[in-house]
Amino acid sequence: MLTLQCPHCGVHAEETELTGGGEAHLKRFGPGSDDDAFEGYLFLRENPKGVHFERWRHSYGCGKWFHAARCTVTMEVFGTYTAQTSKPPQDLLDRISEKRPGWRWRDLNEPA
Amino acid sequence: MSTRLATGGRLIDRSKPVRFQFNDTWLSGFEGDTLASALLANDKVMVGRSFKYHRPRGIVASGAEEPNALVNLGKGARHEPNQRATTTELFDGLYATSQNHWPSLEFDIGAINAKLARFLPAGFYYKMFIHPRPFWKHIYEPFIRQSAGLGRAPDPETRDPDTYEHFYAYVDVLVVGGGVAGLQAAKAAAKSGARVLLIEQTAHWGGRAAVDGGMVDGQPARDWIAATVKTLEGMENVTLRTRCMGAGVYDHGYVLGYERLNDHQPQADGPRHRLWRIRTKQIITATGAIERPISFAGNDLPGVMLASAVRDYVVNYGVAPGERTVVVTNNDDGYRTAIALKAAGLAVPAVIDPRVHAIDPPLVAQAKAAGIEVLMGRAVAKAKGGRRVTGIVVTAHSGEGAALREIACDCVAMSGGWSPVVHLWSHCGGKLTWDAHHAFFRPDPAKAPTGADGAPFVHVAGSANGYLFLKDVLQDAENAGRVSVGLERDPAPDANSEHAAPIHPVWMMPAKAGDDLRAKAWLDYQNDVKVSDVQLAAREGFESVEHTKRYTTLGMATDQGKLSNINGLAILSDALGEDIPQVGTTTFRPPYTPISMGAIAGQARDEIFQPIRKTPVHAWHEENGAVWEPVGQWRRPYCFPRKGESKHQAVRREVRATRNGVGLLDASTLGKIVVKGSDAGRFLDMLYTNLMSTLPVGKCRYGLMCTENGFLTDDGVVARLDEDTFLCHTTTGGADRIHAHMEEWLQTEWWDWKVYTANLTEQYAQIAVVGPKARVLLERLGGMDVSKEALPFMQWADGTLGSIPARVFRISFSGELSYEVAVPAGRGREFWDLCLHVGADLGITPYGTEALHVMRAEKGFIMIGDETDGTVIPQDLGLNWAISKKKADYIGKRAQERSHMTSADRWQLVGLETLDGSVLPDGAYAVADGRNANGQRNTQGRVTSTYYSPTLDKGIAMGLVHNGPARMGEVVVFLKEDGETKVKARIVNPVFYDPKGEKQDV
Repeated sequence: MLTLQCPHCGVHAEETELTGGGEAHLKRFGPGSDDDAFEGYLFLRENPKGVHFERWRHSYGCGKWFHAARCTVTMEVFGTYTAQTSKPPQDLLDRISEKRPGWRWRDLNEPA
Repeated sequence: MSTRLATGGRLIDRSKPVRFQFNDTWLSGFEGDTLASALLANDKVMVGRSFKYHRPRGIVASGAEEPNALVNLGKGARHEPNQRATTTELFDGLYATSQNHWPSLEFDIGAINAKLARFLPAGFYYKMFIHPRPFWKHIYEPFIRQSAGLGRAPDPETRDPDTYEHFYAYVDVLVVGGGVAGLQAAKAAAKSGARVLLIEQTAHWGGRAAVDGGMVDGQPARDWIAATVKTLEGMENVTLRTRCMGAGVYDHGYVLGYERLNDHQPQADGPRHRLWRIRTKQIITATGAIERPISFAGNDLPGVMLASAVRDYVVNYGVAPGERTVVVTNNDDGYRTAIALKAAGLAVPAVIDPRVHAIDPPLVAQAKAAGIEVLMGRAVAKAKGGRRVTGIVVTAHSGEGAALREIACDCVAMSGGWSPVVHLWSHCGGKLTWDAHHAFFRPDPAKAPTGADGAPFVHVAGSANGYLFLKDVLQDAENAGRVSVGLERDPAPDANSEHAAPIHPVWMMPAKAGDDLRAKAWLDYQNDVKVSDVQLAAREGFESVEHTKRYTTLGMATDQGKLSNINGLAILSDALGEDIPQVGTTTFRPPYTPISMGAIAGQARDEIFQPIRKTPVHAWHEENGAVWEPVGQWRRPYCFPRKGESKHQAVRREVRATRNGVGLLDASTLGKIVVKGSDAGRFLDMLYTNLMSTLPVGKCRYGLMCTENGFLTDDGVVARLDEDTFLCHTTTGGADRIHAHMEEWLQTEWWDWKVYTANLTEQYAQIAVVGPKARVLLERLGGMDVSKEALPFMQWADGTLGSIPARVFRISFSGELSYEVAVPAGRGREFWDLCLHVGADLGITPYGTEALHVMRAEKGFIMIGDETDGTVIPQDLGLNWAISKKKADYIGKRAQERSHMTSADRWQLVGLETLDGSVLPDGAYAVADGRNANGQRNTQGRVTSTYYSPTLDKGIAMGLVHNGPARMGEVVVFLKEDGETKVKARIVNPVFYDPKGEKQDV
């Protein structure tokens, strides 16, 4: 059972306090978008063996959404950060690169 | 026979006899016995029958790994099946019965299966019962259900009289296992000041060392154990618990412990079991090792036991499992049993050892010196006997089983080597490595379970780590303890070092055993899986160990293959011509041994299983005979039957009284969410399908909310309180969900919008005053103008009613003149009572949710959860009028443009009237011509809401019908619950009552 630190209130929250929200950094496609783009937004999800970026809500705590970067194989948590961003913070990406050289996730990967 | 020895037994108190019953016979044991040791002391060697062949089964082991000695324990409400006799501590009055036989343990009809064994091979059920298909339901399934299962489930009507609890613990280091390794590891970790919790599944500390002896730090192992426990007990940062099993290890250092507080003293106060929910930084598993049986023909006969268990019974309980015990072992450790038996004055006719030694290792030499005959290079061809082993046939191990000699015996002690208990290491992803020298899997330190920081959080100590000798065990434990708290390694206490000859892996005995022997050589005793079954599975193409497990049921019994798994996969890998590590193990899953459902539930049962939410008027409902309906966590009155009135009659009365006079509804459970901020209107335009930003202050508007998938998820009335503030009403069940939905979009998509939300549901009591006389009633209360001119339909106003501050909404879910009055929660009951008092002469009638449903259905109003089920879009429900054409975007808009959503082929909302006036069954389907690919009749619609309408005195219904609105007047056929009886219904307008809406707008 995971523990994740809520970046808003600082609490190390148990999984039972949290609600998982699936893949992070989805770009919303609304009216006017073509079927493929909308399908990708609504249905198609990453299912990585390794580095993953997820949304979580501290439901039974401060109520805030946040993002977590986690390894789905080892359960290592690289970091949690605000949900109010469209891209993970650079220092987190650097940290992941240090620990998982050559990682890739969607259009994110190890910075050159 | 098995019997109690005149002396010995370190765990029993011979001055305290204990009486107990087995199969309704009174027997006697001593305090400190387990049920297994007490049964053996009474010559009860055969204690059950096996699952498939109903073979006689005896006690095999002395601990948690026992596959055979499963009993029904207790009577009546305390009856529990499948309890292991080896881990059941004896107490006065214990009542146990054996399982899986009829009519009795000794004479069992099902044992005929054993004669049919050749016709019941692995996968028999899969092969046999496939065809003909129709036989499954009426012939095969009842037969299998009758013969399946071990033990007997408690009577479904009984309630568990015991109590259980959960306990939370937060520690630095958790040590699982209280043998010498666990004790030493705990001591090493505790010296650093770390908070240490040490748990041991049995009632005693010391594990095997307490039985097998040895010297530690110059003192006998037992004295060292006692001294170490005392030291640990004296340390403030250490907690010790016996009878507490490490059940499972989960991500990030979460561990479940299962403490059996009162199983051994059922009369004592307090909870029976306690589930420890432990968060620990580091875990040390010092879980020891389990001895493996040897696969020879007849190895399942009662009296054939693990060698270590035989000496446990002698040393711990002063019980001799047999008078003449043959030891068969492929390793030196088995010789300890021969030596212990000889020391207890019992006969050991021979030790049979498939190995050949140039020089005798110390234990072999010791056995020989004690006068025991050692037969090297020999094997057991088969064990003979029926309900008890009577002898063995000796053969050359390298051969096919030709008899060299027979030895009479009533007990066979077998040791096929030891397997480290790696379960807890593996639960959370720890990998194993095959140790060919010792012939076992051990934890691979390079592939430990890792925690949130990416570093290992599980460490292994002692024989669980593959160290089988005292000195190595202690050193390994010291290391594990120190590593767990970040210290360098340090020398452990000195212990006598031993020398042993290597084990000779024996997976089948003799090495070239023929078909007849292999078909009698058991791997899994509980599920009756034999060497021949696994070999058959391999021949039939089951190459994966996981598939073989499921096909043969190897290791799928309640013991989860603690004895059988390694032997089974060794047989499989041999049959496949692969190495053991290539075949690998099956997955280890928690719990280590079964834990009680009571412990899992803890205190969450009966009224505190789920908290009940109560409105401010709840007590009045209770006092006035409300029939309750659960809605989410709320309890709402379904109706208020009067004396002698049925529920149906009550609902009818409540509807008529409301339609003709005035009714009162407790609507406090409706969600009330305030949305505030300069972007609130813009936000609600995205949230609802219609325009909310244009709603004038003081007015109300009905709105629909969809998910991004396009499907309708909630509805309710929105009131604009001021320029920046909206009050959104949600359904009763939807308040928390919709609030979360709003927050999700605000926090994760439109985080720069200036909007705040607050869920005020419980801050207000909301009471609907409904019916033609509603205005009269409110005018009597006085305080504010509620006339049509001052407060028209779909508007709201703040004021006071009967001197209670009130916000009054002119909204109607019944089609009548209706006021929904919100007052501070603390004054809700006062307002309710006031209405009843003032309206008494108007015939004021409180009504429940069913009357509410009937009246909304009469008006054709949809209900979320009835007309919607997560696949219905607003357009299906004729709600186009509530979908803005002007807005560029709202949540769900893009999804509703998908081709399937705009298809003319969708099922759409209509009213339904049966031709005979009867009430359609809820959920009934309208049939169409033809059948689908599964042979089921095609359908063209279904009933979503259906009621008897007291107002119209006939059945009315709403439903979704294929292209329904275009088919007004057409008659369709619905089927009743039996799937055959037809009911004809005409498609009509869903608004049955006051279609022009004149009554609500007065």
